[in-house]
Parts: sequence; structure tokens; C-alpha cells
Amino acid sequence: MRLYLLGLLALFSSVTAAYTLEQFQFDDPKQTLQFQKLIEELRCLVCQNESLASSQADLAQDLRAEVYEMMQSGKSREEIVDFLVARYGDFVLYDPPLKPATYPLWFGPLLLGILGLLIWVRVIRSKKRAADRELSEAERQRLQELLQDADGDGKQA
Amino acid sequence: MIPELGHFSLVLALALALIQATVPLIGSFIQRVPWMRQARALAWGQLLFSLIAMGCLLQAFLTDDFSVVYVATNSNSLLPEIYKVSALWGAHEGSLLLWATLLAAWGAAVATFSRNLPLPVVARVLSVMGMVGIGFLLFMLLTSNPFERIFPMPREGRDLNPLLQDPGLALHPPMLYMGYVGFSVAFAFAIAALIGGKLDAAWARWSRPWTTVAWIFLTLGIVLGSWWAYYELGWGGWWFWDPVENASFMPWLAGTALVHSLAVTEKRGAFKSWTVLLALFAFSLSLLGTFLVRSGVLTSVHAFATDPARGTFILVFLCVVIGGSLALYAWRAPAVSGGGRFELLSRESVLLANNLLLSLFTALVLFGTLAPLIYEAMGWGKISVGFPWFNTMFVATMPFLAFLLGVGPLTRWKQDEGERLVKLLWPAFLGASIAAVFGGIFTPLESEHWFLIPLGLGLAVWILIAHMLAIWDRLKHKSGLGALFRDFAGGGRSFYGMVIAHLGVAVFIVGVTLVSHFGIERDVRMSPGDVQEESGYQFHFLGVENHRGPNYMAARGHFQVTRDGELVAELWPEKRSYFTSAKPMTEAAIDWGFLRDLYVSLGEPVGDGDWAVRLYYKPFVRWIWLGGLLMALGGLITLTDRRYRVLAKSAGKRTT
Amino acid sequence: MKTSLRFLLPLGLFIGLAALLFYGLKLDPRKVPSPLVGKPVPQFVLPTLEDPDRTVSDADLRGKVSLVNVWASWCVSCRAEHAQLMRLSRTLKEVQIFGLNWKDRAEDALRMLRLSGNPYVVNAYDPENQVGIDWGVYGAPETFLVDQRGIICYKQIGPIGPDTWEQELAPWIDLKTRTCREPN
Repeated sequence: MRLYLLGLLALFSSVTAAYTLEQFQFDDPKQTLQFQKLIEELRCLVCQNESLASSQADLAQDLRAEVYEMMQSGKSREEIVDFLVARYGDFVLYDPPLKPATYPLWFGPLLLGILGLLIWVRVIRSKKRAADRELSEAERQRLQELLQDADGDGKQA
Repeated sequence: MIPELGHFSLVLALALALIQATVPLIGSFIQRVPWMRQARALAWGQLLFSLIAMGCLLQAFLTDDFSVVYVATNSNSLLPEIYKVSALWGAHEGSLLLWATLLAAWGAAVATFSRNLPLPVVARVLSVMGMVGIGFLLFMLLTSNPFERIFPMPREGRDLNPLLQDPGLALHPPMLYMGYVGFSVAFAFAIAALIGGKLDAAWARWSRPWTTVAWIFLTLGIVLGSWWAYYELGWGGWWFWDPVENASFMPWLAGTALVHSLAVTEKRGAFKSWTVLLALFAFSLSLLGTFLVRSGVLTSVHAFATDPARGTFILVFLCVVIGGSLALYAWRAPAVSGGGRFELLSRESVLLANNLLLSLFTALVLFGTLAPLIYEAMGWGKISVGFPWFNTMFVATMPFLAFLLGVGPLTRWKQDEGERLVKLLWPAFLGASIAAVFGGIFTPLESEHWFLIPLGLGLAVWILIAHMLAIWDRLKHKSGLGALFRDFAGGGRSFYGMVIAHLGVAVFIVGVTLVSHFGIERDVRMSPGDVQEESGYQFHFLGVENHRGPNYMAARGHFQVTRDGELVAELWPEKRSYFTSAKPMTEAAIDWGFLRDLYVSLGEPVGDGDWAVRLYYKPFVRWIWLGGLLMALGGLITLTDRRYRVLAKSAGKRTT
Repeated sequence: MKTSLRFLLPLGLFIGLAALLFYGLKLDPRKVPSPLVGKPVPQFVLPTLEDPDRTVSDADLRGKVSLVNVWASWCVSCRAEHAQLMRLSRTLKEVQIFGLNWKDRAEDALRMLRLSGNPYVVNAYDPENQVGIDWGVYGAPETFLVDQRGIICYKQIGPIGPDTWEQELAPWIDLKTRTCREPN
């Protein structure tokens, strides 16, 4: 019972709408955009699936400040990402980079796509050879009886 | 007393569901007409008792009966009346009750509009729906009773989550659940057909309107959810590929594939076993979504309170329903004969490709959603799969679908000639090329996805012109607008419904393309009297005042937006603190327009009377939801097609 | 035969999916394993909580097996695990408990230690989360098991319970050689 109530307490409690809009000033407006893009692609660790950009968690605040300082000191995107991955793991990246560990993630879909194409080719081939079978007269009648539909089947394109 | 009555009604509904799941089904095997006849009355009985339970819970909310745990945690005496109603489904227990009630409502609808169906089919369909009902009622009664009492009774309720105190979210869950639950009808028809061994064109025609209705509701539910996220969450986004969003999108994709493949099965008798499988998938994915949202397996911004006992229950239920139905499929589907012959260039072939693409994308969304879990299970480490991955997959598959969308409606069944299609479609190709070039001119070259703007605009125009051509092709032996209206009023509803739904896709593509690439977001510091210029608009910040709402206090900013010296809009973004919640809520202010939204959200005071403010300029963002609405409207129009009107009329005649 | 296998495929895929989901139910999606496990501790120099003029550094973690416990006075779960840390500090003589006081105020932290006892040999004071980020800390409490060479053997996320040392932590360290080991 207590656990149950605790569960109720937790209900939606992690959903937050508001966040602190901080002032991260860069001299170059391009850098501001890069900063925005980067923190949108980094995951807040304590939140339930929110980016650093949209989270108002305390830790997210720290990490935003850290990213900001690193950018200000001229660090590249790769360096910042590596810095965070070394500490928090691949989990912080919403956009997993291509490397052996993520091959299944990026090439799995390709395989699925090829599989789909093969199925399409196979079905088309078999259907080309299939007997030319319309709805049989009996089926057609059954349809009409069941649905009392004056409209013949297949008339509408 | 009344909550106990509600609880008791649920038990009665469960009892009826147990009978409904067994007696008519057995009756259909041993050919006992009276047994099968029970199904309809039982379906109505289930609806009645579910509604009584809903009424009891509603009464508890309206009278602030905080001795009911669910009311105490999701309401407050200061909560406006309308949100007391919507709080009914604002959290886990109540939303399950809504699920069960809507399921019963769909059952009752099937019972009513099935007078011209063979009795064994009705009996089996309603039995299957009864089985699903058992699962949900048991789930509620065993793990998530909305009528549970608490003692001593709290003096005040904890209030509904402020995020949910919004008209958009009041409507979103019922729409979404109508869609999820609606697929149970297509599912039940498929199971009944598998049991009976009769998978024919008649089966497809019965399933089709039900599937379309469910699909319309699901479409509206997703549109509402996305729209709500856009204006309520304050980050200007409309889709994040969060697991919970994906959970609603997967059944939609499978349902969209189903709607198309049902058309082939009905008209040409082809793809039967595939169509059945899709019907099973659409509902299975709805159930899977329920599991993902409520089990805590994945982290999500929208997740319900999670509890391992609940997760286990749904998973077992999932295994019974999905595993059972797929086993039945493996057993009975091989006996289904294939459809007729068709060529590479034919409507069937295009629709097959459509189905494969939609299924492929469904599989990708499922894979991406579960990938973190797969990685952990395989010991490959912990990863996140977020919007960049999903966007890449979307862009890699969906343009093909959009291209086919232009070809399909003009292609003939069975066999077509390439030459005829080229002759017919060249204006669409020309128009699309012009649009693409036009889009290219406005694309900044250093932009990362420079090809997406020409591609998006080109495809949208491609779809638009191709459908104009399809109408022209259909009416080419007639002339004038009069012919169009006569055709629409006559037998052509399903054709025009399709055209409108497809144009919805084009509108959606335009919206997504333009807002993703030309949308602007700026964080600025403003003090009262400041002006910020953005995309030709001047945002004047006049100041912030305090404002008291029914159950919150707010700091309310005042902005005037001008363009060329003329007032365009007055905006009042708010920062609310609800009395019962520690976290401040941002209430964005939006000046909406057909071609652009101006969006202001108020941040924190940053000292010296200054405020942090976020300004957005969102061109064509409304087109995203407008596209979705057009798709739903298209579905609605196909429902008024003569075939279904005949169906409904004869049903009505016999019931009265 | 071949065709009926094709019809079994969806069921087969679903069974795989169900197995995955059953496995998923047992996991806590909020626990993120640390990439630092198996690596030397990050270098740091911080003032001590007890005396701002004194400093501690990663060198203080060498030569002994340590439990580096990240805590704060505002953290409810840290209070919950405090009794266990006290017990471990009395019973586990081979292990030093090293505190990393994280995003906290010194006077609050010291008051808590005064009132409920001090299990730590020393506390590093990190109010600005400078060292916390280097250690990949994302919430309190977290506990790192560090061997005498300064290698991180294991990271415990969340509070330490009565059995945590025996069941979760001890298998990762060989107390004779005082170095990390793979649990058998």
C-alpha cells in the first residue's frame, strides 16, 4: 500500500514544463546557434528523456554551463562531446555517432530496407505468374446479398 | 457509498465480459442461435456498467470526495469544474477506466450496426472484444482500482498536474483511446475470420469502415497531442520521438497500411493474409504502446506512474492476446488462397510498395524505441536513440512513400502502361521540379540539410498536381465544375475522400519542411520598454504584472508585436505557479496565423527588472496539424460513400 | 513446409520481443552505467569540508581500498543510507570511506555529520560540481569502489542498503591484493 501511494506521488512529477532560460551570450550569432543545437542533442541524465536544452534540472544547468564554457574557450563540438561521453557514456548522446558499437543501430535499418525491397520483388514476380483470378461469380453474389448493395464491386477506381 | 457502487459496476462488467467472451463463441461452434444472440445484449450490458462506473467516479470528482485515492491525488477543491471532468482520465487508473468504457462502446456499436452480418460472425467478433475487455477490467480491478479509498480522508486534494489543466489535453486522451480501442474491432473481425476460415472480400468490406473510423480518431488524437505539446510545453517543438509519442505513432502507421491494404482486399481479393496480419498488428501495437507507457521499461517525459506489478500484468496480457492471435494466424492463414494476377505497373503493385514502406517505417520506429533495451540486453552498453536518428530514418523512407502517393491514384488495377502514366503525370513532374528549384533558391547553401527543402516542396507539389490530374482523368468525359459536384454527391465519395486525405499529406510536408528549416528561436534578455526585431516583426516588451488564476498565481508579461508600425498582436505569456505544485509552469503566448506563428515564452527574472524571454518565429507550423486534420477529414468523407451509407441505412431500418 | 514457416515468422518475432520486454521489466532505465569503471580515478584537488585550508586529491585514494561516496545534506536517499555507511565504517577496517560532498553548503553538511555521525575519513568539498562532472556524477547518492592503485572497480547508483556491500560491491574487489577483480 505504501509503495502504491509512493507510485501515485511520483505520478507525472517528473514532467516539467518550465525551464530556466539562461543567457548564454556568444559574440558570434553562429556560435549561439551551434550551442543551441548541441544542447538539444545532449540528453539530461536525471530527467525522463529530456534534452539539456529543455530540462530545468539542476544537473542540466551545470552541464549547460560546462558546455558553454568549453565553447567559449574555443573547444570544438567533437571535443565537447568526447568530454561528456568519457564521463557519462554514450547515453548522453541523442544522436549516436557511427562506430562499431552503433553499427546495429545504423545498419540494421538498411538491412530491413533491403529485405522489404526483396519481398516486393518476390511478390511481384509470383503475382505476374499467378492465375488471372477475379472475384468468382459466387463470391460476388455473396457480397451483394450480404451487403444489399446495388453498387457492383470494383466499379470505383 | 457511490464509489463502492462504481467498483461493483466494474465487477459486474467483468462478469458480463466473461460471459460475452465464451457463450457466443461456443454457440458459434455448436450452432446454437440463442447462445450467439446473447452477444449483442451482453455488449450493451458491458457498456451500461462501464458508464455507471464512469458516472460514479465523475460524481466523486464533482463532489470533491477526497476519500477516493484517485480523486485525492488528481483533484483539488479549487480545480475548475471542466478539469474535474477531464481529471477523470488524467492519470493511470482513470485512463484505464476510459479505455474499458470506450472498448465497451465500440462493442455496443458493433452490436448495433451489424444487423446484416451473419450471426456467427457477430458472435465471434463480440466474443473477441469481450476477451480484450476481460483483460482490461481485470487489470483495473487487480492492480489499478480507481475507486480505492484512503483513510483518514485528506482535507484537500493534491490537484491535477498543472500541465494537464488545458482544453487540448482534456480532449487528447479520449480521441487517442478511441483510436487505439477502435482497432480492436478490426482485430476482432480478423480473429473471427481466421476462426471461421472465411477471409474474403466481404470480410474486408465489413472491416473497412470500422478501421477507418478508428484511424480517424487516432489521427485526431495524435494531432491534438502534438498541438498541445507545441503550445503547452513552451519549447516550440511539436514532435520529439519520445517513446510515448512513438507508442501512438506505430499503431497509426500500421493502421494507415491497413486502410490501404483493406482496399486491395476488398476490390481485388488480393493480399488477404497480409491484411489480416496488419489488422492484428495495428491493435497489438496499441496494446504494446499501453505497456510501454505504463510499465516503466523506457523513460519518457509523458510516462505514467510505474509499478512493476502493473508492468508484469500488462505484459502477460499482451502475450496472451498477441501471442494467441499470431499463433492462430500461423495455424489458419496458410489455408487462405492468394489473390489474382497483377503486373509490376499496377495499382496493386504501388499499394504493395506503400504497405511495405509503411511497415518498414513502423518496424524502424519500433526498433529505435526499443534499441536502448536491446543494447542493454545484449550487453552492448547503454545508449540513447533520439530525434536525430528518427529524423534520419524518416527522411530515408518517407520521400519514397510521398512519391508513390502521386503515382498510385492514377494507376490502373491489374495492369497499366508506363507510357500512359508518363503522359498523364508529366505536368506533376514539371510542377514538382519548378517547386524544387524555387525551394533551392531560398536554401542557404551552408545549411546542413540543404536538399530537404527542394525535396519537401517538390514532393508536396508532386502530390498536389498528381491528384488534380487524377480528378481530371476521372472526369475527362464530362465537363465543368457541375460534373465534379455531381460526381462527389453521387458515387465518388471514397475517391474524393482519398484525394483530400492525400492532399493532407502534401500540406503536412510543406509545414514540416518550412518550419524545420526557416523556424527561428531566440533567447533574449529584455527590460520593460525594450524592442526586439525578428523576421520583420518588432516585439515590444511592456512589462510584467501579477495575476491570480483560480488555482495559481502568475507573472504575466505583456508584449505588443508590430510590423511596419502597425500592431499585429498583443501577447500575454505567463509564468504560473500552481498552489499545489512547486514547479513553475510556462504558459506560452502565441499569435497564430495561417502562414506563421509568433510565439513568446516568458523565462525567469534575471535582475534589474529584466526578464529572460524566448521568441520564436514559426513559418507554416499550422500546416502540420492542418495536414493531419485534412487526413482525418478525408477518412470521414470516405465513410459517407454510398456503399457504407447503404450499410448503415439497412442496419438502422432493422433495429427500429 | 516453407510457406507455413513464413506464417510462423510473426509469432517468432513476437516471442523474441516478449522476452526482451520481460527482461526490460527487471531493469531500471534510470541507472546509467559509468564509462569510468576499470579506469583510474579522475585527477582532482579540492578543499576538505572539515577544514577549507586543507586539500585532498586523488593521491589520497592510493594505497588503500576506498569507497568514494557522493552525498549532500539535501539528498533524502543519502540520509537513508547514512546508517549503513556508519555500520560499514565500523566493520570494514580494510576500506576507507571517502566523502565527496556534492553541490551542498558546508554548514548544512557539517551539521548533518555532527547530528548523525561521521563515517568518512575525510570529505572533499565540491559545491560547484567541478569534480562531480569529471566523475560523471549525475545524482546523489552514488558510490565508487576504488582499489589501491586508484582504479574504479564498480559504481553503485542509488543508496546503499543493508546487503549492498556484500552483494553488489564486495564481489568486485579482492581484499587480499586490494585490487579490482571480476566477480565469479
